[in-house]
Order: sequence, then structure tokens, then C-alpha cells
Amino acid sequence: MTSTNAPVLDIQNLTVDFDTPTGTIAAVRGVDMHVGAGETVAIVGESGSGKSQAMMAAMGLLAANGRAGGRVTYDGADLLNLPLAKLNTLRGRKITMIFQEPMTSLDPLYTIGRQLAEPMVVHGGLSWKAAKTRALELLKLVNIPDPDRKIKAYPYEMSGGQRQRVMIAMALANDPDVLIADEPTTALDVTTQAQILQLLADLQKRLGMAVMFITHDLGIVRRIADRVYVMKSGDVVESGETDRIFTSPEHPYTRMLLDAEPTGAKPPVPAASPPLLEAQKVGVAFSVDAGLFKPRHELKAVDGVSFALRRGQTLGIVGESGSGKSTLGRAVLNLLPATGRVVYNGDVISGKSRAHMQALRRHLQLVFQDPFGSLSPRLTVGQIVSEGLLVHEPQLSAADRDARACQALEEVALDPAMRNRYPHEFSGGQRQRIAIARTMVLKPDLVVLDEPTSALDRTIQKQIVELLRDLQAAHELTYLFISHDLAVVRALADTVMVMKQGKVIEAGPTDVIFQSPRDDYTRELIGAAMLTQSQMMATG
Amino acid sequence: MTVSTSDVPHAPQKGRSLWDDARDRLFANRAAVASMIVLGVIALLSIIGPMLSPHPFDKVYRDYVKVPASLQAYPRPDQVQPAFEALAKRARLTIESYDRVGDSIVAEVSSRRAIDPRTTRYFDRSDLFKDAALTDMAEDQRAGRLRADINFVHFYFGTDANGRDMMTRTFIAGRVSLTIGLLATAVAISIGVLYGATSGYLGGRVDRLMMRVVDILYSLPFIFFVIMLVVFFGRNFVLMFIAVGAVEWLDMARIVRGQTLTIKRQEYVQAAEAMGVSDTGIVRRHIIPNTLGPVVVYMTLLVPKVILLESFLSFLGLGVQEPMTSWGVLISEGARNLQGSAWMLIFPSIFLTSTLFALNFIGDGLRDALDPKDR
Repeated sequence: MTSTNAPVLDIQNLTVDFDTPTGTIAAVRGVDMHVGAGETVAIVGESGSGKSQAMMAAMGLLAANGRAGGRVTYDGADLLNLPLAKLNTLRGRKITMIFQEPMTSLDPLYTIGRQLAEPMVVHGGLSWKAAKTRALELLKLVNIPDPDRKIKAYPYEMSGGQRQRVMIAMALANDPDVLIADEPTTALDVTTQAQILQLLADLQKRLGMAVMFITHDLGIVRRIADRVYVMKSGDVVESGETDRIFTSPEHPYTRMLLDAEPTGAKPPVPAASPPLLEAQKVGVAFSVDAGLFKPRHELKAVDGVSFALRRGQTLGIVGESGSGKSTLGRAVLNLLPATGRVVYNGDVISGKSRAHMQALRRHLQLVFQDPFGSLSPRLTVGQIVSEGLLVHEPQLSAADRDARACQALEEVALDPAMRNRYPHEFSGGQRQRIAIARTMVLKPDLVVLDEPTSALDRTIQKQIVELLRDLQAAHELTYLFISHDLAVVRALADTVMVMKQGKVIEAGPTDVIFQSPRDDYTRELIGAAMLTQSQMMATG
Repeated sequence: MTVSTSDVPHAPQKGRSLWDDARDRLFANRAAVASMIVLGVIALLSIIGPMLSPHPFDKVYRDYVKVPASLQAYPRPDQVQPAFEALAKRARLTIESYDRVGDSIVAEVSSRRAIDPRTTRYFDRSDLFKDAALTDMAEDQRAGRLRADINFVHFYFGTDANGRDMMTRTFIAGRVSLTIGLLATAVAISIGVLYGATSGYLGGRVDRLMMRVVDILYSLPFIFFVIMLVVFFGRNFVLMFIAVGAVEWLDMARIVRGQTLTIKRQEYVQAAEAMGVSDTGIVRRHIIPNTLGPVVVYMTLLVPKVILLESFLSFLGLGVQEPMTSWGVLISEGARNLQGSAWMLIFPSIFLTSTLFALNFIGDGLRDALDPKDR
């Protein structure tokens, strides 16, 4: 890979402004970037740093209230001032994009083959037959298993990783010069992420295109990028060769990003700590309704999982999506009909009716992955946090509830003065803090944390991990920590349970699992996740 | 774009709710604001117009049947003398001299018999004259001077086939139409939202049962239903709400149920369940407030629909009862008298259509304002 040749895409002094009712927001404030043929350039920054908007502006894809300024030169033409018809001949053909969310980027009503072939027929002037042949070639190129069959498949029949491969295939259909990848692996499991990155690196070598890779994860950058731009609030704060950035970062922000991997380990709980939760052979099966021509069958989401937790312990449950780890978390809380036995504090809670669970609910809490979906948009933060009190301590007056909500917000390091604001006014990390405050206000014993850090930037993740650790120490909380992110699990859990397809593959103390995993699957997971970290540790 | 950083600059204490944002966007929409002003003016006219109008809405001016809309006062100068003469003839008076002094008529009259002072009532009863008085009576009571003031009245929208002032009637009709529109909509929405949210949230067998009930009600022919109600209970204002409300809540229930089905899978509802919040609490605090966006939009579209329905029923003669009136009734009468007296159709139509336009524009504006994607 050489980076000495002239830039294919040259961005000069690019600005992006958004007009909002409350004034103009400068999302990108004059950035210079370029990428040469055969080069991979990474743009790194946290959410809101303007990295995606800069690329959107370059492609002419800004929202209606956005304005772009500066120059974006491709092949001698300024993309920003190009007439739409001309621009359309370039974007999607010579400059293509892949997005973060492979689930929503494909039309669910058409087969993969048709979606791949259609642009070739409409724009490329190929016949349907030739386009189908080309589509098949592309699917082979992106290593989709069994391409002859998959070309007739609908998007819902494919996994997230496969869909992302299809998206890449689509982007490659017209031999692009520049591929812009906007967080293409963020929504994927670690092992899938590793495969997709490998694929991208591979394709680039073979096809010699320029790749601009937008990500918030410096670990990924290390593996694939030649050069890095670090963006913060609309400015490029640092740029340079990848090695240089990793070995001697100059800007404190870059250093902070590099340092954002959660560290430390949880101190063990005393042996005398009483058992709090015990699960025996918990199973959850979803029955798939019988159709006219197919028999009814059961899908075992969780299959005979047992574990025991003592007060103050953290059990980390890891596994890829679809492994049944979230379902297990809900089954333990008796939020789903499940088989087996769950004992909480000497009380059998499995199979209890909703009314009987009511009194126990305050001790058993749940924090969700998506901090945007888990807070009701029409309630103020104060109302959200104090809702549990309304149910479990109805004798409290409104003023008392308010005071307790303030207390809980302070505990998660949020300013209680903000309790009259609405969730959409907060960032992802702050929302997750609010979600945690909502559980803390009831002073629970057990908190099931369902991927609480997955939707957050690395630096925010680190803060949340520290917050969770502090809260655990302060209130002797017991956590059931569900995650696919092994770095976070390592920093928080006493014991780790690895799940695959509803079954426990391997379980044991965190150190043992991480240092000497017995199962291949565990090794693969750790390999995919830790590669980045160990690399960073080796150099940094 | 979201503002990251965990230290948001010192923000005001009070948060901006999604409703605040929506309101700002709505007020930025010119068509919607103009429509709100138009609607406000029409509503204000309907409420206070009849109080300020010199004509009661049910007063019949027998001398002014179907007079055209005009800014000039009635009676017209050329009407006065013939009318006066006709009245005098009926009162068996002979006019010796006729003289117009300012806004009064002074005439020397005589009669073959003694003139009864009550003769003036012939003139007072007419819509054209007032304060008629006999003065300077002769010794034998057979001659005297009759003085009558001309009673000037304005019919800005003309009069109807019974000689009633169209302007007052249009305003009064606005009261009725808007009230029916708002009340029936309120009825439809409260039933529909509660029913739909409950059905959607509970799901399963309850949901299926509740929605089948809706389907059955859907299959009742509306007009047949209304005719039946009218036959049993007679024509009645309240009946209109029941008839319209009972039919319109079905749509609402379906919309809200659909919304609820998506909302109940949201994590905040699951979070509330995990916290042990009761079903009522979840429906009230989490589901209903979050369905209100589409409900508000649907409401602005439902009001015109109801007004139209009422017009339609009134047009068929199943609506409000005389002398009370509604825009539908007025338009129906206007349509019958279209030849020769177009004003009877034009004015109520202007009011009805501008109300409908305004409501539809407001609905459009609200839909844009409440669209979460447009943020």
C-alpha cells in the first residue's frame, strides 16, 4: 500500500452548518483531508465529532437544513458545486458508501440478487442476465458462503455480518475509486467485526481503491488504516501515520481516546457473602407458529442454564448476538415465561404471577442497551427516575420523590438541576446514567445490565464502567452483566459465562477464562476482541 | 446531530419537551399559522357574532324575503314610497301629500271615517317603518299628519327565503357546526384512545376480541344507523354527537392500537414492566402520551370530517332542527335557492370551506411538526 500518489479525493476547508430553530450549529469547522489510491484513511472521533457529517457533505447527502462550504475535489471536479445530475454519475459509482446499520440498509421486499443487480441494470445498462452473473461474482468476492443459494435469499434470511457483506458487494458493483465506510462494523459482533475488517483490507489490496474509514474505535484503526485523522467537535485535532499516532500521540484528546479501554479488575467478594441468586436449568423456548405446510417447532433460546451468585458478585455473560444471553437475563427476572428454577434470597421466583412479583421488583432491576430507547421521550428525567417510587413507595409525597430522584441523579454524577429536562436533550452517556439512576433510586439488590455500554463511545464506556463499579462498591450490588464486549466484562466481572446458541459453553472465574480458555469458541471470541488491545499494549 | 460531551453547558432549569419543539416548528409554518388565525376569527365570529348582530337569528323580516347581500342599508330609496302607499291603503288612509324629511316620512292623510290612533300600528308592524305617530289631527278626526321614521337595517349577507338575516344565521350555524365538530371529535378520541391503547397493550385474546367488536361496528351502515336513531329518539342535537362519535372512534381505536403495538416493544415500556409498574400505569404514563402525536394530527383531520358529516346529515334532513341551523343546513337551503339568490349558498359555503381548509392545513402543519424524523 502506497500513499505517495496524488490524492483521489481531496477535501479542503470543509465546513458543515445546520440551521436549527435555536440557531446555527457548526458541525464541521473547516477540515482538510485527502486519500490516495490504494490508501486507507481512518477518521476517528466520538459521536458528535462531525466525522460522519463531513463525509455526508462530501457526498451531497446532508439533511435539508445543512449547508456545506469549502472544496471537495474528485477527479478535478468540485463535488460541492456539481450539478445534481453530474453528481449522481459519480456517487454510488465511483465514490460509494457503506453504512453502520446493515439491518435497515436493505429493502426487505426484494431478494439480495435483485437488489445487487438493479443498479447495474438501471445505471450500468447491463441486461438482467449479465447483472445477475455480476451479482454472483460480487457475492463470491465478499466471501458470502453458498452464493448460488444466497443470491435468491431475502435480507431477513441473512445475519448482520452477511448483510454487511452484501452492502459491501453493492458498493463495489461499479469498481469505485473511493469507498467511504461509516462505522461498518459497529453494529456487529466482535468475531464478525474481525471478519469484515479482514474482508475490507483484502478487497482493497485486490482492487486498489481508496478507503475512508469512519469509526469511533481506535482499536480497529490500528489494524487497517495507513493514516488517521482524529476529529473532535468539528475539527481535526491530530492527523498522521497510524504508527505515529499510536506510539506518540500529541493531542491530549488522542491520548484520551487511546486510553479509553476499560481497565482494572473487580476485587473478589468475601467468601462469607451470602448467596443471593441461584438459577437451575433455566430454559426459554419460543414456539414458532405452525404454518399451513410447515410443522410447529420450538426455538430454544436458552437451554438449561444454571449459575449461582453471591451478594456483591458480578457474573459476566458473554456471547454473540442470538446466543440467548439477553433472554436469559429477562428469564431470571421472571419477565418471560421460562422453565427451571430461580431462587432469589431464599424465595423461588420462577413461575410467580405478576402480582406476586410486584413486591420483589424493586430489588431486581434491569438496565437496557439502548439509552435512546429505554427512556420515555415524553417524560422529564425527574419523572423517569422517580417512577419506581410511585409504584413501590406510594406513601412518599411528591417533594420526597423529587428529593430521592435528585439524590439518585447525584449518585450517577448528573446535575439534579437537569431533572426537568427531557431525555432527548441528553447525550448517550448521560442517558445511560439516567437509566442507571432509575434503577438506583429503588436501592435494588440485583441489577441485570443488558449490554449497558455497547451503544456508547469508548471514552463514555469507560466512565460508565467506573460508575457501575463505584455503585457496586457503595451499595453491595450484585450484577448480572450481559455483554459481547469482553474488555468491559473483564474489567467488571468475578465470573464469566460464555454462551452460544442458548447453551453455556464455558464458565469460570474471569482470570481463568481470559488466560486459559478451554473452548475454541471462547478462544475465538477473546482473540477477536483482544487482538486490538494486545496490539495497543504492545506499542503503547 | 447530538451534542456529545458529558458536561453540557449550564442549561436552563426547565427542559424543552418534544411538545415545545413541535410548537416552535408549527409556528414556523406559515400556512398553519395563517390557518390558525382564520380559524380563530371564524370561531370568534361564531361565538360573539350573534350577540353583536342587531338581528336575532330566528327573526323573520317579511318585507325582506331573499334580499341580496349588500353593504347599503335597506329599505332602498325607491322602496319607501310604494311601501308607504301600500300600508296607507291597507290602513284605509288617503294620502294627501307625501314628503320625505331626512330619515322620516311626513304625510298628510285623510280618511272617510274617523282615524283610529291605533292605525299607526300598521306602519310600526312593517319592517320598513318605526315610531309612526299621528299629529295635528283635524276636529272631526278624519284628517291628520302621519309621521313615520324609516327603519334602516343592514343585511350584509342578504336574507334567506323566510326573510331571516343570513349573517346572524351563518354565525349561529358556525357555533353549531364547530361545537359538533369539537365535541364529537372529543368523544371519538377519548373512546378511541382508551380502547385502542388497552386493546393494543393487553394484546393476545383480549386484543382480538376487542378488535372484532370494532370490526362488527364498522360493518354497520352509518346512514342506516343514524336514520334508526332519529326514528327512535327524534331529531336531537345530542343525538348527533352520539351518532358521529359512535362511528368515528373506530378509526381512532385502530390508529392508536397500531401505535401501541410498536410502543409496547420499546425498551422504556419493558423497563417500566421490569420495575413493576401496573398495566394502568404503563398505559397512562408511557403508552398514551407517546401515541398523542398521531392522535393530535388525526384530530385536526377528524374535526372537518365530522363537520362535513353533520352537513351531510343536515342536508338529508336528519340534522339539527329549525330554527336552529348549521352550515350544512344553510348550504342545503342555499343549494335549493341557487337560482336567483346565490348569496344564500355563497356565504355559509365560504365559512365552511375556509374552516375545513384551515383545519386541514393545521393538521398538515402538526404532522410535520410532530414528525420525529424532522429534528
